[in-house]
Amino acid sequence: MIPPQFDYVRATSVEHALELLAEHGDDAKLLAGGHSLLPMMKIRLANPAVLIDIARIPDLSYVRDEGGTLAIGALTKHAMVASDPLVALNAPLLAHSAAQVGDPQIRNRGTIGGSLVHGDPAADLPMAVVALGVTLVVVGPSGRREVPVEDFFEGYFQTAVGEDELLVEIRVPSRPGVGWGYQKFVRRANDWAIVGVAAVGAGADAQVALGNMGNKALRASATEAALAAGASIADAAALADEGTEPQADMHADAEFRRHLVKVLTRRALESAAS
Amino acid sequence: MRTFRGAVKNNPMSILGTRVLRTEDPAFLTSGGVYMDDLVDERLTGSLYATFVRAPIAHARILDIDISAALQAPGVVAIYLSGDVPLADRRPPSPTFDKAMVQPLLAKGKVRYVGEPIAVVLTEEKYQGEDAAELVMVDYDALPAVVNPRLSADSVKLFDDAVSNQVGTFGSADDFDPDFFADCEVVFTHEIVNQRVAVASMEGRGGVSVWGEDGRLTAWISNQGAQGSKTALAAMIGIPADQVRVITPDVGGGFGAKFGADTEHGIISWASRELGRPVRWVETRYENLLGMTHGRDQVQTITIGGKRDGTILAYRLEVLQDVGAYPRIGAILPSLTRLMTPGTYSFKTESRATMVVTNKTPVGAYRGAGRPEATAAIERAVDFFALSVGVDSAEVRRKVLLPKFTEPHTTSTGAKYDSGDYETALNLACKSIGYDELRREQAERRARGDVKQLGIGVACYVEITGGGAESGAPHENATVEVHPDGTATILTGTSPHGQGHATAWAMLASDQLGIPIDKITLKWGDTDLIPEGGGTGGSRSLQQGGAAVQKASIELIELARERAAELLEANPEDLQMDTSIQGLKVAGSPGAQVTLAELAAKERLFVRSVFTAPGATFPFGAHIAVAEVDTETGHATLKRILAVDDAGTILNPLLFDGQRHGGIGQGAAQALLEEFVYDEDGNPLTASFADYPFLSATEVPSYELVTMETPTSYNPMGAKGVGEAGTIGSTPAVQNAVIDAVAHLGVRHIDMPTSAQRVWRAIEAAAAGGASASGGTVGSGGIASPDATATGIASHSTPDGKVSTPTSENEAI
Ligand SMILES: Cc1cc2nc3c(=O)[nH]c(=O)nc-3n(C[C@H](O)[C@H](O)[C@H](O)COP(=O)(O)OP(=O)(O)OC[C@H]3O[C@@H](n4cnc5c(N)ncnc54)[C@H](O)[C@@H]3O)c2cc1C
Repeated sequence: MIPPQFDYVRATSVEHALELLAEHGDDAKLLAGGHSLLPMMKIRLANPAVLIDIARIPDLSYVRDEGGTLAIGALTKHAMVASDPLVALNAPLLAHSAAQVGDPQIRNRGTIGGSLVHGDPAADLPMAVVALGVTLVVVGPSGRREVPVEDFFEGYFQTAVGEDELLVEIRVPSRPGVGWGYQKFVRRANDWAIVGVAAVGAGADAQVALGNMGNKALRASATEAALAAGASIADAAALADEGTEPQADMHADAEFRRHLVKVLTRRALESAAS
Repeated sequence: MRTFRGAVKNNPMSILGTRVLRTEDPAFLTSGGVYMDDLVDERLTGSLYATFVRAPIAHARILDIDISAALQAPGVVAIYLSGDVPLADRRPPSPTFDKAMVQPLLAKGKVRYVGEPIAVVLTEEKYQGEDAAELVMVDYDALPAVVNPRLSADSVKLFDDAVSNQVGTFGSADDFDPDFFADCEVVFTHEIVNQRVAVASMEGRGGVSVWGEDGRLTAWISNQGAQGSKTALAAMIGIPADQVRVITPDVGGGFGAKFGADTEHGIISWASRELGRPVRWVETRYENLLGMTHGRDQVQTITIGGKRDGTILAYRLEVLQDVGAYPRIGAILPSLTRLMTPGTYSFKTESRATMVVTNKTPVGAYRGAGRPEATAAIERAVDFFALSVGVDSAEVRRKVLLPKFTEPHTTSTGAKYDSGDYETALNLACKSIGYDELRREQAERRARGDVKQLGIGVACYVEITGGGAESGAPHENATVEVHPDGTATILTGTSPHGQGHATAWAMLASDQLGIPIDKITLKWGDTDLIPEGGGTGGSRSLQQGGAAVQKASIELIELARERAAELLEANPEDLQMDTSIQGLKVAGSPGAQVTLAELAAKERLFVRSVFTAPGATFPFGAHIAVAEVDTETGHATLKRILAVDDAGTILNPLLFDGQRHGGIGQGAAQALLEEFVYDEDGNPLTASFADYPFLSATEVPSYELVTMETPTSYNPMGAKGVGEAGTIGSTPAVQNAVIDAVAHLGVRHIDMPTSAQRVWRAIEAAAAGGASASGGTVGSGGIASPDATATGIASHSTPDGKVSTPTSENEAI
């Protein structure tokens, strides 16, 4: 419960953070809200020699309306994403999912960037951004690149952000007035999802993402295709587990997860349609 | 239902029975308590910190331990292994248990559960310990892990010198009456699991040990009774008990698991003497979840028979207790389960228990300790019967509840229930919650085929307080002293850790002496000041410790009367205690009076008294829970819980309700959420709070509390214990409610915790016309009743009076 020894440096800007990453290489880890990284260090699953604290880099915490796109800084805290009026208007699903993360203490420390780069398939924000079809802005030694969310999550705790890179912004397509649904199946209010479903839009336009149904947040492609072909919500939802590889753990085995995801997809689509 | 007010009541303005606010809270809420890790004391200057190296594997021979690298780590002063520590192994807690099942203070030759201490690392600073502990290299030869208690008997032996993995038995199948169910029209049998839970007190375990120049040991221990800790610690390190002083800091919860002393306390005390320096140890949450004794863990086979009209005639309980790797108090608790087998009912019962070791954390006492297991079993069995014969569950109970009694009633198992009125409790619960209305709503939802179905769970309970195995003999001492400045001090042998004794004991003394409660100080938990005491557990404190305070206060008045008579040159009989002047007056001569404080100024004015109860008391009640089950996902939500708890006369309703709140929450958590899970290799899967789910405020509704007061004659206050009642009534009520919500689909049983997956599987199985019940741990196969018929009922007709007991092939734990 006490992490091994490590050095600590505070980055003052994005450039500074990149320099520090270059200097310390594999031994270093970026520290944002610390609510995923520090627990892993305390149970000694992560042993970085250097922590590069990016939490106080100015200008990485914001929500901006850029006309058709909502730009959210990587260091924006869950609590701010949950309560920001621009997010509520243009991407209410994102606001809602941020409000489901843990408890108030966690939402006031954890950042959207940290949650996405952590890449936990059971987390809230990854499935929300997959459903929303966001673009992620990453900077590194070779400059700035934009990664579509389809290419961002790579597997368990793995994303397209390289060891020497920083996620700086999340760009969310603004869809005011578009229906959405969010189903987080939990034992207790502040747990991670046993299975989660995020849906935006209805009918042929519906985009559906699944949490904890594989090694990363997934699109429910078969469901989306069925809807596009005119299937009913119930029929389309019955295909939600196609192409998924849910794991078994003490909360649910794969069969139960496959069952749950169909029920939850139907419910999410029903609320998106209403 | 207020049938009775305080039996001893000199004071017409008595505060007894009133909602006095807790005097201990301002300090807790402002400056905060002083818990183990907060302790500052000049005797602790230069302390070393102890870190335990713990087994990462459930069962293995230790081939080699290499501490050379760890010894070089910064701050390391010493590292000790089993062979370095000349302390005797701990023997099993009963002479009838297999004597080979001894527990070394540090693992010797073998490790038997994940978390077992192997070595202790002593460092200058706390953080250095964890780094150094990682460098202790242990070479293991893995042995097969014994995880399923049902298979323990045929598995590899944990103790080479033991006869088998069986620790002992209480009762035997040979004693069973072969015609026990002969007069029954229907008999149902089922295996149910009362799962393993973590005690998970908010503050974990901890201790500090320091030896004085006089050769005596002073040990601060987070405990539930300093005197019991003193005896246990002295025995472990092999010195006379009077050479040990135990001091209790503020304690952040114990629930039964902080009685006595743990092996870690023995080790740090020994190391402190060896190194001539104080040694501190405070466990981490990970250590707490593995190292503190666990609770419950019984596999129960219930068999219940009766008539088709819903009259139950006979009930048999067979208990298989998983005691974990070493027999501790948990190995004794099945005797309490057996004692309480009959519950609140008049039908005949028989029972037996077998205790086995497995490669898991040892089991100890946990809120209720043996009695919740009995209540859960019989209340589930009665409901199983009710659902199976199709008679309302409250009605089935009414037919067989023991009628009201005011003189002690002795059960077939030898329990002597002091007083009880079970039917009134049940009827009051039904009336208060609107039972008939709920059944109507349930019927409507069923008729409509709603996704969310309603379940109503009833549980009647009677339990035993002030007599539990962990609480010592039914007597307790108290000293009350009045000081010249008009204040008073009480010394008690009980050990509050959240219950509110400072308030309650002051109320009792104030009621007699007239001294305001804010002028009364309670002291406990220092064995030099209070050498004897039974501590706090088994819901004993008020009925014995509080009774002792009341007795001492009354005797102090008598002492004061004699002294006042001398001083005022009056007849002692003419002197009257007047609480308004906190002193004594001579009847009929105004002005002739003396206060207790004035008497104390002349000569110390104190009395030590011992109160001895005639026996244990048996509080009772009825809980009704209302659960909503999402039949598509299996998710169960607790909507309402109503508790009628009768623990005799109530001293302070605020403290009374506080105990019920915590108890109900903890009990509901066992029904809904909690389970300490091991995989098939004995690896714990719930060793952090990310995985071990205690209940939070969002999972429970507001409690509906209804009070009943049937006094006991066993103490002048008429009080029984309420500390564990909430846990005992709520668990089966909530479990029964969840099952009841899906009973119309053919489900008869779902093991605890009633997780979504279990509920869903039970519905699926019933729909398929197969097994009616589900249980077990995800991934290892559920428990199915092999005898389940197409209707989902495990039914055995008994022409020859023989009942076949289903055996289970599953691997569930
Ligand atoms: C008790 C508890 C309950 C929780 N419950 C939930 C829940 O219900 N749902 C849920 O979704 N989450 C939950 N979380 C996780 C929470 O959302 C974390 O805050 C989040 O996952 C990580 O964000 P952070 O800012 O704290 O990241 P950190 O812990 O600081 O970092 C996480 C990882 O991301 C990297 N990183 C951080 N920022 C960047 C960046 N800008 N660029 C590149 N790499 C970066 C770090 O190096 C690290 O590897 C919970 C956490 C706790 C402690």
